[in-house]
Amino acid sequence: MILSQTTLSAIDLTALSARMAQLDEVKGRSLWADARTRFSRNKAAVAGVILLIFCFAFAFLGQAVSPHTTDFTDFKIMGHALQYGWPDWENGHYFGADDLGRDLFARTAQGTRISLFVGVIGAVISVVVGTIYGAVAGYVGGRTDQIMMRIVDILLAIPFMFVLIMLLVMFGQSIIMLFVGIALLSWLGMARIVRGQTLSLKNKEYIEAARATGVPTFTIIIRHIVPNLLGIVAVYATLLVPEMILTESFISFLGLGVQAPNTSLGALIAEGAKTMTYGTLWQLLFPLAFFVTTMFAFYFVGDGLRDALDPKDR
Amino acid sequence: MLNFVIKRLAIAVPTLLVLIVLSYLLMYAAPGGPFTREKALPPQVIENLQARYGFNEPLWKQILVYMWNIIAHFDFGPSYIYKDRDVNDIIAQGFPVTLYYGSISFVIATITGIALGMVAAIRQNTVIDYFAVGISIGAQALPNFVLAPILMLTFTLWLGWLPGGGWNDGAWPNVIMPVIALSTSYMASIARIARSSMLEVMTSNHIRTARAKGLPEAKVVLRHALKPALMPVLSYLGPAFVGMITGSFVIDMYFSTGGIGKSFVDAATNRDYAVMMGVTLLVGILYIVFNLLVDVLYAWIDPKIRY
Repeated sequence: MILSQTTLSAIDLTALSARMAQLDEVKGRSLWADARTRFSRNKAAVAGVILLIFCFAFAFLGQAVSPHTTDFTDFKIMGHALQYGWPDWENGHYFGADDLGRDLFARTAQGTRISLFVGVIGAVISVVVGTIYGAVAGYVGGRTDQIMMRIVDILLAIPFMFVLIMLLVMFGQSIIMLFVGIALLSWLGMARIVRGQTLSLKNKEYIEAARATGVPTFTIIIRHIVPNLLGIVAVYATLLVPEMILTESFISFLGLGVQAPNTSLGALIAEGAKTMTYGTLWQLLFPLAFFVTTMFAFYFVGDGLRDALDPKDR
Repeated sequence: MLNFVIKRLAIAVPTLLVLIVLSYLLMYAAPGGPFTREKALPPQVIENLQARYGFNEPLWKQILVYMWNIIAHFDFGPSYIYKDRDVNDIIAQGFPVTLYYGSISFVIATITGIALGMVAAIRQNTVIDYFAVGISIGAQALPNFVLAPILMLTFTLWLGWLPGGGWNDGAWPNVIMPVIALSTSYMASIARIARSSMLEVMTSNHIRTARAKGLPEAKVVLRHALKPALMPVLSYLGPAFVGMITGSFVIDMYFSTGGIGKSFVDAATNRDYAVMMGVTLLVGILYIVFNLLVDVLYAWIDPKIRY
């Protein structure tokens, strides 16, 4: 009785294993795959991604679609924007024209592109510098950590916007200077966050194992600490992009940032706001719409990423 | 407690000195210098000017003199453009205006932000919560320089309820729009921080204990949840305050209120470095002092901080 039962189950098991051999190998679910699933379930985040794709497409393809170039001056409209400058499908000024007769569709595309560019570059710089700085400070610890973080504290106490404007006024207004100014101070918050995360990572067993096998400190930081920071860095970087765009727009709005013939959303909003009282509202509303859309999209994506990658919610 | 205050002061004072040195070096390194004009001045005039402002001294001495005047006399030196006015005069003209609408905005942003965040957290996943979150996200994507023209469009051009600009000694119709434009995005940030920290506190053990011993919900929230939930908000107040002052650029530009932002932008267009440095340092000093106060307040409320 007992014997027959074992034989039976043995046969069953053989059949089962034969069947299993034919099945595909079960795929492991990595943390990133998990995060992807969570992210794609988040409606606001997916909407954010779609909006972002739309904004990027507009920024990079808009000028190609437009029948006018950014520097083309329509003399018929120049000075009579209220009469002839309305958004019009017929004459190719889809978003209307500004007071100088320049096509607003092409210029909004150009402005969106430059704003996105500044935002992304600023975020990339802060990611690279901030991550390495914070990881080194957190991992090395002790006096080095104290000094490095004290420097961050001091720099954080500097009124960023004022110094940025001083830099631009004293050293000339150019996109390069804007980048330098933004880059100088944007990594501070990132460094703090990364340091905190590193502190909690550095006593994990796998770091200890790496140290025990004689891996040099810097290699440990780059190979073992930094990859494990990527989640929090990705979240923070996504939220940094709109902050950078905001900073740039603010500076350009004051007339100190991006200079003609280039333009940015901030500069366009400033121009639109100046002429708003004459009733040429489209000059304000189109750049404003793209600005707000871009900001929303980045915030949604950033929030979605945080929910997807935050280990607390698991 | 006293130890803690001394410790924080030991950080604040060097920060201030570094700030002064950095901004002076920045001005020193700038190409052109404050006396560069389109028409070149004769060398003798430049020399006299430099002697007048002490630029012929060695750099370290210039910095020390500048620093000493600020610390001992709160004197930011003469303007490089206006012969009869010094930086203190210019600041004294614009700063009270900025401080007036800035403080009102600050108080409004803090109170409404905290209230919105708390209510959203307590009624999580209800209509109220979605409404609050929606408002706070919307307000964050609308910075003051976007909000200001929209407000002006609505209330001045279309409805004609409020004056489009001017200060008018701070009469309330002139203050409404600046305050809304300034406070909205900070209210949104504060609401977000308050909501998430409140959510975290509401799931913590001491709240469960408070509920388990049968306290009414209102008492649980007010007596046990409010204080710990406000801590993260408190640490955001420093940056928020500086943001209000910085926002003065936009407010002064749109509403012609004539605050410190106007002084700064005017100085930037005139290349009046002395005024720019003075305003920057003033804001820096305010920020440092404010953060010091917040830190002390923090330590006073939460003994765990006083390590």
